[in-house]
Amino acid sequence: MNIRRLSGNERYVDIFVYSVLIVWGAAILFPLLYVLMTSFATENEYLTRGFFVIPREWTWDAYLYLLANDGFSQSFLNAVIITVVGTAISISATTLMAYGLSKKWFKGRSAINFMVVFTMLFSGGMIPTYLVVNEFGLINTFWSLWLPGAIAPFYLIVMRSFFSSIPYELEESARVDGCGEWRMFFSIMLPLSKASIATFVLFYMVGYWNTYFSALIYLNDSDMWPLQVFLRQMLVLNLDMEQTASLFQQEIVYTPGAKMAAIVLSALPMMIIYPFLQKHFNKGFLLGSVKG
Amino acid sequence: MRLSGDSRASMARMHYMKRAFPIFLMILPGLLSIILFKYLPMFGVLISFQNFSPFRGVFDSEWVGLDHFIRLFTERQFLTLLKNTLVLNLIDICFFFPAPIVFSLILNEVRLRWFKTTLQTVVYLPHFVSMIVVVGVTVVLFSGEFGGFNQFLESVGLPRYRGLGDPDHFRWIWLLQNIWKEVGWSAIIYLAALASIDTTLYEAAGIDGANRWRKIWHITLPSLVPVILILFILRLGNFIDVGFEHVFLLQNPLNLAVSDVFDTYIYRVGVQQGEFSYTTAVGLFKSVIGLVLVLSANAIAKRSGKEGVY
Repeated sequence: MNIRRLSGNERYVDIFVYSVLIVWGAAILFPLLYVLMTSFATENEYLTRGFFVIPREWTWDAYLYLLANDGFSQSFLNAVIITVVGTAISISATTLMAYGLSKKWFKGRSAINFMVVFTMLFSGGMIPTYLVVNEFGLINTFWSLWLPGAIAPFYLIVMRSFFSSIPYELEESARVDGCGEWRMFFSIMLPLSKASIATFVLFYMVGYWNTYFSALIYLNDSDMWPLQVFLRQMLVLNLDMEQTASLFQQEIVYTPGAKMAAIVLSALPMMIIYPFLQKHFNKGFLLGSVKG
Repeated sequence: MRLSGDSRASMARMHYMKRAFPIFLMILPGLLSIILFKYLPMFGVLISFQNFSPFRGVFDSEWVGLDHFIRLFTERQFLTLLKNTLVLNLIDICFFFPAPIVFSLILNEVRLRWFKTTLQTVVYLPHFVSMIVVVGVTVVLFSGEFGGFNQFLESVGLPRYRGLGDPDHFRWIWLLQNIWKEVGWSAIIYLAALASIDTTLYEAAGIDGANRWRKIWHITLPSLVPVILILFILRLGNFIDVGFEHVFLLQNPLNLAVSDVFDTYIYRVGVQQGEFSYTTAVGLFKSVIGLVLVLSANAIAKRSGKEGVY
């Protein structure tokens, strides 16, 4: 009797667990799928049909319209350049610095470590940083996005502890064989840390691809805007307009389809890449590193 | 050949230099970026004690002492900024903070492996989308004539939702968007802690006749407590910060009374209206409070017998 009661209890737990998770998964997927599906609908269907998820007639019109739109294609291209170059700069600087700081015999190591951690605790703030970027003449260049954000302190610390965990004997025996520091880095350490580097490449890419606030302050020229800034113009500022009873005239009115397609094109690249790297961050590499 | 102590030391130094120089070169690019773009601005906070003029520079601008700080504390806006920051943080701690814990406990009960990994892939997805996409999707779903969700509500005979720009709804929209975007991702750390629980504990409990609730209550939850504590303390240290980009995106002239926080204020008055010195003072005030909070949170963590975070 006792056993049957328990197993009944277990079943309720299962029903509860699976229904909560399915509802939560659906709540996350539905908006994304809705946007993806309706981006293929014709303009006519938006106007005439009420609520729908699967279009009756499929069309690439919205995408063709966006590609032909100079503002959109320019900003997409800008985002690609910012992401590719920025990620290359960031990952190189971070990996090299993390490896250097993992050398316990290097003098000044702890002072530099402290400098890195301190930037996570205290910052000069938006305005002084802006003035410094301005002083170096970086305003209106992509360097204003690449140089100030080259190092993410948190990633640096995680990587440093990864390099520190590689046994010192390995380094020592390589040195005995006459291996210099550069060769040690490129032919021993890099191959060993491929997985964690790949993860941080992804994180940096996502960071650059989704960056908009720095772009908003540092890039005044709308030809330089990355995708996210353009998207904000297209989607979010229109909302302001509705609420403030159009204080200023809107330049272009985008069709719902164009908005959907723009969201798809800006969200898709990162979503496609990330499942390939998922197994690495599932291992819980973050756990050990919560403590700097 | 015998060497004197002096020249032996200098040889050791030579040897060290030769070995250390490549390492120094490796550290240099990152270090320069930090010095130029993190530490230089820290010294730039000096302009909050000046009437800074870009033409005269930091050294020749007029010094005004604490004038800008006095202005901040006497500004009517100050209390609004403080209140909004505190309210958003409280909402976040009450509703967002527990969500990943609950989520990971629920996910931990799933036995079907494929279901678990698929669901993880799904809930991590929104983390990789930008805040603009999240806010944008909300807009296309809920706004105006063609908002998809509004059309759905209408098709089932319900009234449209018109609260998107409503100041009363701002905080809850902000919270829901945060939950949608980040709860799955924030659960990673708890899931990792759960994965490290010794499975023999469950077997032993099962033999003793414990049901699933009891196992969750007596084994799973207690093993999460250290992680929860650390993250909670870290969270308290960020009490002066609100996800600025997010608030900024949701902000409009109508909801300013509830959505204005320190950073959006600094942006509006500093970048847009060019009051550099005053807004640097606002930023400095915020940074100092933040530093004090993090350090005290860390000290509390250490005193309570846990390892500190920093």
